[in-house]
Amino acid sequence: MPQKANRRGGPKKDGLLTAAPFLLPSLLGLLVFSLLPLLVSALISFTDWNGLDQLLAPGFLQEHFIGLENYKNILSGAELWKVLGNTGAYIIMYIPLMLAASLLEAYLLSSTRRGVSAFRVVYYLPVLTSWVAASLIWTSVLSPQYGAMNNLLALFGIQGPGWLLDEKWAMAAIVLVSVWKDAGFFGLILLSGMVGINKSYYEAASLDGAGTWKKFWRITVPLMSPAIFYVLIVALINAFQLFPQVMIMTDGGPNSATQVMVERIYRYGFRYFRMGYAAAFSWILFVIIMACTAIQMKAQKRWVNYDA
Amino acid sequence: MKKHLSAILASALALVLLMSACGPAASDPTKSPDNPDPKPSQQQDTPPADQPVTITYSNYNASGGNEETLQKMYEAFHEEYPNITVEIETIAYNDYFTQLQTRVSGGTAPDCYELNIENFAAYANKGALAEITGVDFSGLDETSLNAFNVDGKQYGLPGKFSNVVLFYNKDLFDQAKIDYPTADWTQDDLQKAAEAIRALGDDIYGYYQPLTYNEFYKVVAQFGGSLLNADKTEFTINAPENVAAAQMMADRILVSNVQPNEVQMGGIGDWDLFMSGRLGMMPTGIWAFNTFAEGCKFDWDITVEPGKEQKATHFFSDACVINNASDKKEAAATWITWLTSSDKAAAIRIEAGWDLPAIKDQSTLSAYLDITPPANRQAVFDSLNYLVVPPVIEDYSLMSDIIGQKLSAAAAGTLTVQEALDQAQSECQAQISLK
Repeated sequence: MPQKANRRGGPKKDGLLTAAPFLLPSLLGLLVFSLLPLLVSALISFTDWNGLDQLLAPGFLQEHFIGLENYKNILSGAELWKVLGNTGAYIIMYIPLMLAASLLEAYLLSSTRRGVSAFRVVYYLPVLTSWVAASLIWTSVLSPQYGAMNNLLALFGIQGPGWLLDEKWAMAAIVLVSVWKDAGFFGLILLSGMVGINKSYYEAASLDGAGTWKKFWRITVPLMSPAIFYVLIVALINAFQLFPQVMIMTDGGPNSATQVMVERIYRYGFRYFRMGYAAAFSWILFVIIMACTAIQMKAQKRWVNYDA
Repeated sequence: MKKHLSAILASALALVLLMSACGPAASDPTKSPDNPDPKPSQQQDTPPADQPVTITYSNYNASGGNEETLQKMYEAFHEEYPNITVEIETIAYNDYFTQLQTRVSGGTAPDCYELNIENFAAYANKGALAEITGVDFSGLDETSLNAFNVDGKQYGLPGKFSNVVLFYNKDLFDQAKIDYPTADWTQDDLQKAAEAIRALGDDIYGYYQPLTYNEFYKVVAQFGGSLLNADKTEFTINAPENVAAAQMMADRILVSNVQPNEVQMGGIGDWDLFMSGRLGMMPTGIWAFNTFAEGCKFDWDITVEPGKEQKATHFFSDACVINNASDKKEAAATWITWLTSSDKAAAIRIEAGWDLPAIKDQSTLSAYLDITPPANRQAVFDSLNYLVVPPVIEDYSLMSDIIGQKLSAAAAGTLTVQEALDQAQSECQAQISLK
């Protein structure tokens, strides 16, 4: 197939010169605002730069280059593991809950029951809300004695926990808010996977006597697995980058129970004047995310079905 | 292939051009890191005094209400020094320090600017600030000046200060039939009064002093303790006096419960609790005067905070500093000295009710005493005899965050006070190297 071969080889060589002026503006932006900072941050991670000294001053590297010292300190210290533990706790709770919530939303959106049109208006509102506003409102909702959540639980005779003030519950509270905020976005993506499924599968299954539950597990989920896969990858990356809700709702507390990677990076860079250390921290985060994504990519062969 | 190469070359060239455009500071000899220690050599690189100069001054304190007050001060200054033009940049607090850090490292920092106490030591120790010389700042209060003195060098002038006094709800004291607090009260007197007020009702509390880093280092000083040894070479966070101080603060929440815990607070602020009339006493800043005067539907007054072994009370100040890389240090020093210590600036500041100028001259301050409530405004000045300043170390923010996290666990009861301070001590030792 000559067409396919052509596509793989990219545009013809003389096309490149024609394309160059059109590509240049965005390419320059990419180079200057993404690639260059990326390289610079890699360089900074090998220095003890404090964020105040001038990076471009002559002799900067000679004076501040400390090799792998930052990486050694981070990897040998207890903090990274504690922070990774906190992030892990978040991921373990967040991913399944978020997936369940967004599947439910997608299912409700695709159905034709009464009241669905009202739901279609409402479900995306949390996504559009700013994290700052949402965090502040939820802080008040989760207030142990006077907040809406515990008063609601009290109606059912349940004594609600201290949520954000309780070391054991603070991360769960963050997960709850994050699921509320993100489910609409991921639900929309799952919906697109769901409506793409050919109706004839369901008709055939009905003839064979399959119930709603069985149809959902045996037809809907396998056929929308590419959408689910995409959602899992994006959600995991987002989860590692957890930041604004923590910063506003708990500030890393109580007793550092909600300290996570990006929160640490921000603090080291902009509050503790250890920019080199923060840069090294962010590269470690990058490697972790990269590895997790690679594992997911490998594992998809076992369960993602592209034949729909 | 050739065309391919030329395209790559062209974009590489563009990149190099852009990079070099970003770095004009590299050729500036005054910013060499080989010379981080600021020498009072500004005389050579400043223009003669009779030539007009323009300097920039960044601040955050004027944002949100006092931009015009600062402008008024500047106009008065410019009348006196017509040769010095000051371009004032007022930036909101939330953006100020991130922006400033970027500008300092990029070599585009303003000639002089404002720093809070948390950031001051870091900037001074990293060579970003110039020693302030050649000006007369003898009119400034010594405690405030000392806060911005590092190893005998004055790197900052106190722009304004505020302190903390004990606020109390007179009506609740009347209801409990006990005497009002006085300046010679100790923590034990306070505890008794707090218990009597707590007995008035389920949701009425005696006292509120959160177990935070800021309150902790002050109470530690009242107990005769300290977070660092005398020459600041070692942490002494879990010393017995400090444990006793934190234990008293935690017991007020967890044992006698004269102070509400976080759940009992229910997410409302401490000022709101006081203004709701359900709190007997609280130590807080004198910047609460206007808010309380408007918001309290009951009689209240102030007095000097109680002590233990000795009295100690908070002092908050912001420094006006000079950029070490500035080539107009002399003009900058003239402006910030005038701004912080001149009678004119002080008068404008007091008239606007914009904190207190950190000046010695009590007569300028007398106008401040005439405003009521509180009736006992004199306590603001009496408190000045007991000021403590936070331990100024380079990693101040890191230390205060570590201690703060552990104290909050002690306040919630998840760690004992001893455990909390032991952990704070070992984490500070592990993460911070003191000089």
